[in-house]
Parts: sequence; C-alpha cells; structure tokens
Amino acid sequence: MAKVYGAVTIDSRRCKGCELCVVACPCDVLQLQPKEVNDRGYHFAYASKPEACIGCAACATVCPDACIEVYRVVDRGN
Amino acid sequence: MKPEDIIRPENKVYARPELLTDRDTHYCPGCSHGVVHRLVAELLAEMGLADKTIGIAPVGCAVFAYNYINVDWIEAAHGRAPALATAASRLNPDRMVFTYQGDGDLAAIGTAETIHACNRGENITIIFINNAIYGMTGGQMAPTTLLGMKTATTPYGRTAELNGYPLAITNLLAQLDGTCYVTRQAVHTPAAVRKAKGAIKKAFENTLGKRGTSVVEIVATCNSGWKLTPAQSNEWMAEHMFAKYPLGDLKNE
Repeated sequence: MAKVYGAVTIDSRRCKGCELCVVACPCDVLQLQPKEVNDRGYHFAYASKPEACIGCAACATVCPDACIEVYRVVDRGN
Repeated sequence: MKPEDIIRPENKVYARPELLTDRDTHYCPGCSHGVVHRLVAELLAEMGLADKTIGIAPVGCAVFAYNYINVDWIEAAHGRAPALATAASRLNPDRMVFTYQGDGDLAAIGTAETIHACNRGENITIIFINNAIYGMTGGQMAPTTLLGMKTATTPYGRTAELNGYPLAITNLLAQLDGTCYVTRQAVHTPAAVRKAKGAIKKAFENTLGKRGTSVVEIVATCNSGWKLTPAQSNEWMAEHMFAKYPLGDLKNE
C-alpha cells in the first residue's frame, strides 16, 4: 500500500500562535512552543511530531496568517 | 523518510499565495479575516484575475485590506462600498469588482447602499464577514449580534425589548430580484474553508459573466471581541451563530 509522507514549514516570525492549526491537524503533529516566543511575543507553532505528518494541508487551510507551507511525498513502494 | 527529502520544491502542495503581500496583517491572532483574505488571494491568482480586479475596501477591521492583497483597491467611506463598486464596475465593465465588508459596515451604516446595489443587480461580488460584533472599535453591539450575546454596549446580553432582533441581512438580499447567488459559509474547519473558497469562486464567475449581484456571507469569529480563544470562538460560533445564521446557499440562479 502507498505510504504518504508529509512535512510542514512554519514561518515562525509571521506566526501569531492562534493555535487553529494545532486544533485542525488530524495527526497531532503541531504544537505551540511552550516557552519560546518570536519577535512579537507570540508562542509560535512548530512540528512536535514531524514523523506523523501526512501532508494533508489542513493546518495551512485554516491558518489566518498564511505562514504554513506543506510538502507531501507519496511512496508507492516501487 | 527524512524531512529534508520531503521539503523540496517539487513536493510542495501548499504555498503562501503569491498575491498576498509580504506585510504582516494587523488582525488579532486567529481572526477569520486572515483566512478569507488568503482565499481571495488564492482565487484571484488561480482565475488569472490579478490584473483585472478592483477590490473595494470597507471601514472596519478590514480597512487595510488593500495593504495585504496585491490588486487594485479603492477605500470606501463607511458602508458605501457597494455604491463605489457600482461606479467602478459600470465605468470599467472589463474589470471584476468585489467589495469586502464587515457586518457593521454592510448591515448597519451601509444598509441602504447594500440593498439598492443588490436590487439594481450590479455586476459585483459582495464578500460579507459577519462576526456579530464591531471588532475594530472595541466590541460594541452590531445589528447581527445574537440575542443574549454580551458586548461592550450590551454588558448584560442583547435583549429584543431594548435592542431589537438580530438582522439576517443575507436572507433579505436573497429576496431581491437583482441578486443571482446568495450563500452563507464559514471558515472554522478545513472542510468549511474549502467550501467557502468554492462559493467565492462561483461569485467571482458570476461577476465575470455579468449575471447580477453575488453575495457571499462568511459567518466569522471575533475572538478578541467575544473574549474567547480562537479555538473556543470557533466552537462557540458553531454552537450559537449557526442557529441564527445557518450555512448553505440561499439563492443560486
């Protein structure tokens, strides 16, 4: 069966830490930084479990600041 | 598979829309405006309308929309976006003209302009962001505020005796002969965002095809005004707002 690998890159400078991507992710890949903040003082989102990402782009679809880019590779095993 | 093998240009499935400017939005974290701006920017690029579009910016939180989407814009006086859009579309029939308005702008001070532009069947798209509150000025009651909803000017909740009833203006607009497409959408889940994008696309196509006025209401959140987190706002909206403002097409001709 084909296996899907995904990855996200998050513009941490632009992220406002609204947490909507964390809620939208079906695989619990994303979290907000518990302590670290960006220049504007927001706890920005990061991929805490990047290996679980399937590249579905649900996070990017709900991001109000368009700071998430999504990559996907479908490995069909050949 | 390692992240560096996945994060390559050929594997990119979602990128920041090229029509969004590099400027950071002034919106609060989690504001629905950002999502709708993104959808508009995506659609204008996908439909090849970047050089053919005139947007009319409102007064309200979205007053600086012209800073964020890289197309031609005109800034209207409060509530007068449909009147300005009428002029822009009649004088430039080859352009796709849309307004982007909030509920205080469209449903309060701009009621007359909105209703008459829709009644004349102007070839424009009206994108109406309904978050049931005046966000920019500090969370005062709007015409669309729900009964019982607490705002800065209804601290004990809106009552019908004192404040009248919430105004579902989109339902009124659907009754007018000039409108060809009236729909109500939301952007609180990935599925809803995709549906909303389809609705805005249809509205833009109607405007290009000169079929009359298209109105896309987006039931939205104002987490700062509602005093909730963005995620809680989405839940509150699904629980309370959709009862008064149910999603779906009201008119599709």
